[in-house]
Amino acid sequence: MKITLGLDSTSLTRRYPRLAILVTLFMAFGVPLGLYVAALAIFPLNTPERLNAMAQQWFGFDLAGSPYRYLIYTAFLLLVAFIAVNYTAVFGGVSTWVERRVAGRMQSRIGPNRTGAAGFLAWVADAVKMVLKEDTIPATADSLLFRGAPYFSMVGLLLPFVVLPFGESTVVTDMNVGAFYVTAVTAFVVVGILVSGWASNSKWALFGGIRGAAQVLSYEIPAGIALMVPVLMAGTLSMQGIVRAQGGWPWDWFVFQNPAAFVAFFIAVTSSLAEGNRTPFDLPEAESELVAGYHAEYSGFRLAIFLMVEWANMWIMGGLAVTMFLGGWQVPGITDEMYKSALGTGLVPSPIWFVYQALSMLVFAVKTWALVFTFIWLRWTLPRVRVDQMMSLCWKYLVPGAFLCFIVTLLWQILVPPVGVKITGIVLALGALALLVKFLVDTRRNIDKVKGDRVDLSNW
Amino acid sequence: MTPEDLCTRLKAQFGDAVGALSETKGDRFVVVKVEKIADVCRFLKTTTGLEFDYCQDITAVDWPARKVIEVVYHVYSLVHRHGLVLKAETDREKPTIATVESVWKAATWLEREIYDLFGVNFEGHSDLRRILLPDDWVGYPLRKDYQEAGGWHGISNERPDPLVQLSKVTDEKRKAVAAAAAAAAPVAVVAPAPAVAPVAPAPTAPAVAPVAPAGPAGDERKG
Amino acid sequence: MAIDMQLDRHILRRTDSSDEEIVVNFGPQHPSTHGVINFVTQTNGEVIRRSVPDIGYLHRGLEKIGEMVPYPGYMPFTDRIDYLAAMFANEGYALAIERLLGVEAPPRAKYIRAIAGELCRISNHFISVGTMATDIGAATPLTHALRERETVNDLLEELCGARLTFNYHRIGGVAFDLPEGWATKVLRFLDHLDSYIQEWDRLITFNNIFVRRLANVGIITREKAIDYGLAGPNLRGSGVNWDIRRDMPYGAYPDFEFNIPVGTGRFGTLGDCWDRYFVRVREMVESSKIVRQALAKLPEGEIQAKVARKLKPEAGEAVGRVESARGEMLYYAVSDGSEKAYRLRVRTGSFMAMGIIEELSPGIMVADLIAIIASLDVVAPEVDR
Repeated sequence: MKITLGLDSTSLTRRYPRLAILVTLFMAFGVPLGLYVAALAIFPLNTPERLNAMAQQWFGFDLAGSPYRYLIYTAFLLLVAFIAVNYTAVFGGVSTWVERRVAGRMQSRIGPNRTGAAGFLAWVADAVKMVLKEDTIPATADSLLFRGAPYFSMVGLLLPFVVLPFGESTVVTDMNVGAFYVTAVTAFVVVGILVSGWASNSKWALFGGIRGAAQVLSYEIPAGIALMVPVLMAGTLSMQGIVRAQGGWPWDWFVFQNPAAFVAFFIAVTSSLAEGNRTPFDLPEAESELVAGYHAEYSGFRLAIFLMVEWANMWIMGGLAVTMFLGGWQVPGITDEMYKSALGTGLVPSPIWFVYQALSMLVFAVKTWALVFTFIWLRWTLPRVRVDQMMSLCWKYLVPGAFLCFIVTLLWQILVPPVGVKITGIVLALGALALLVKFLVDTRRNIDKVKGDRVDLSNW
Repeated sequence: MTPEDLCTRLKAQFGDAVGALSETKGDRFVVVKVEKIADVCRFLKTTTGLEFDYCQDITAVDWPARKVIEVVYHVYSLVHRHGLVLKAETDREKPTIATVESVWKAATWLEREIYDLFGVNFEGHSDLRRILLPDDWVGYPLRKDYQEAGGWHGISNERPDPLVQLSKVTDEKRKAVAAAAAAAAPVAVVAPAPAVAPVAPAPTAPAVAPVAPAGPAGDERKG
Repeated sequence: MAIDMQLDRHILRRTDSSDEEIVVNFGPQHPSTHGVINFVTQTNGEVIRRSVPDIGYLHRGLEKIGEMVPYPGYMPFTDRIDYLAAMFANEGYALAIERLLGVEAPPRAKYIRAIAGELCRISNHFISVGTMATDIGAATPLTHALRERETVNDLLEELCGARLTFNYHRIGGVAFDLPEGWATKVLRFLDHLDSYIQEWDRLITFNNIFVRRLANVGIITREKAIDYGLAGPNLRGSGVNWDIRRDMPYGAYPDFEFNIPVGTGRFGTLGDCWDRYFVRVREMVESSKIVRQALAKLPEGEIQAKVARKLKPEAGEAVGRVESARGEMLYYAVSDGSEKAYRLRVRTGSFMAMGIIEELSPGIMVADLIAIIASLDVVAPEVDR
């Protein structure tokens, strides 16, 4: 089958539709699934005990006593990191596709539909294009800092992946100070923004960089405090511990077990949006004011890194909120004992354990994607706040609010018995469900009232 | 108040400085002496019963035959719903007139534009500099005797008249076709001369002069 | 270049600058300046000390061209004076020359002028409010607005053959009559529009963030608006109840019943950006009312008065005024008896609006400057001509 890459007017997708669909399916499902399977297979092995046991039983190799064991451990860690970073990149790309299609439908247009079936390969094409672009560095820019700035942001993006639990045992490492670690490490992105803004030697970039730094640093505070609320409720800083303290059913989620946690959830989500520079807080890159702000002078691969950071950050934002407040990977109906019993003895757990794991990963992915979809939805609906409004929102409303939630949670944990917690959970969960139903009904009613998109404008 | 009443009122206040209401076709106007225009405008704005608070337009008309540059004021009163057209004739050699910026702030930019395009000097203006044209432009384009300079900082503003080009090509083509018919031999295709770029910085002879590109008319327009 | 230095000196002459202040050019290429306009801005961090508009990038000498082209031949040039609301530009010129000649368009032509004009106003206001929403950061309303505007463009294309620069009016009337079945399509669109504006309001007009970005920003008081010669929605947003269609009536407007939306300071102070925005949204509703009435009462007859091919009006001068989408557009034509105008002057609403920006600029933030420019609905071709 000859594939011509000439300047024909028909796109490849039109001419070879089946090939396009195959490639699309592979990229859409094959690659992410492959990464998930790899994560499922490899992440649980990522402890020295398991590695030693595996080396002993399968390869007859005494790893524990070997002088090269740290090398092997490191190699394995690198493999794990490789999978995680790949996942970030793929998620970043896929979420751009989702965003563009979702944005398109909201804006009454189609979105990408040429490259690959339903335009799914657009992000692959974009990535390839960006890598192939000319690497322009302004002559007056600070060369070393200019080159290095995107990597600061990337580090700030990738480090939280270390503690984010994708499933019951699929986590790179379950630090016992996980929540604290995440709050600390997301501040790296600020360094990237500031350095890129300054090193670009352009007034516009500088404006963007300063705004961005102020914004992210300010919103660290309410985010951190709001994220301490589930820590209080779970009694541990470890991410897996926080998830295990919740249950699968909505009334077992932290967000519904405590009215202060309910408020803290929204504070945490808002602050995360602000930290990730998503509208309504996308001032640092406000297109209509600053023409791309702090990454105005970047092109090619470095720009791709900045953009990947922004989009993959959504996964972090969503994943954090899901882990802390929305029950994480807990599957309704599968309890801790079931996981333990399915683990069994021996090196390889029983197949049922893998099923449970896959279910937990699925639950986590679905919940996080729901939040990511909401972030995308917000971006295309809401206008942007002004910089002083953003600051006053943070310092005058979110910080006191977060502190209040913290104190109320403290008192709640001390004063309210578990039965009260259970009742609150059910009440709030049902209330949230009622709100959701009302929202859907109202939307339907509004659409019918307005005849929205359904006016017949077929060609006269 | 009708224009006649307004004119009478002005005459009562300023006497000779205010002319009679014009009788020409179209809108009627009042000619005011140049020295008094600022006072007249201030009077129109501040007097109760007149209250011309809205300056709709200030513009100028160049009359080289009469050796004046007329500055025309269209003023209106939103309160009383009456309007008036004032004219002040400035000397064309050295056009100077007092500014009415202190009466209506709208005059700031309107007078700047007249300064820019006509060269009328507004005394007392807070910020008299060119507004539409670059600051180092020479000449006042809306005057009747304005001559184009052919370019600005090396950017030419001349280009060949496309009609002339077309007719030239047609003539050439006609000659070529006739020659081909006569010779009845394959005409050596006229070697495509380097496409003469019409945007050459030289403001001298426009690119019509080199006739060589008898090729497709697209050559010229592509450059 | 000489320009920047002089402007920099101009700014620095007016304020005392310190080391922390930088002079930044907003434009001429910028997504939010609504055309090629440059704002030389001196800022101290986020707060602007002074912002001086630098115009003239789109100056095409249209007034001088008016002296070189015969009267009927100038009509396409008027489209380019304001290509977003070209019907009004055409109409104003036609009115001025008709006054010079002493002719009046026949009644059917006047009604058609009103219909075309109001449809053009709807089209223009969609762009205006849509781009304003985008400047504030909401990207979705713009595509919705353009979607609605597509329908208007299609309607006007069916009417006169062009989607943007219509060249539809003639001196003495209009060029083409209404096509078959056009009125039904227009009414169908208007039904959709009236319900769509509700959706628009829910999407963006009363959105909390949008209101907070615009309320109490760029306040222009009544007196200031009148003093600076603002016109149209800018003037009405400041509470001045003035509309050429009602107060200096022309054409068929005396036959129609419609309200004039005036700003009320609903969410902030009277005369802020939100008021001007809201006036534009409500004007769209009023325009649809006018079009409905015009279509219902459309008289039969000719669409163009008899005028000579080579127009040679007697020496004199005349003024033609229209309530354009962007304010009052005033055409001042001076004739000396020849077939070309002796002087043609166009005074546009955007030019006056630019004049007030420097006055409003001290002490506001960068984001507010963008909001103010958007709310004044400034377009470069009108400013520079």
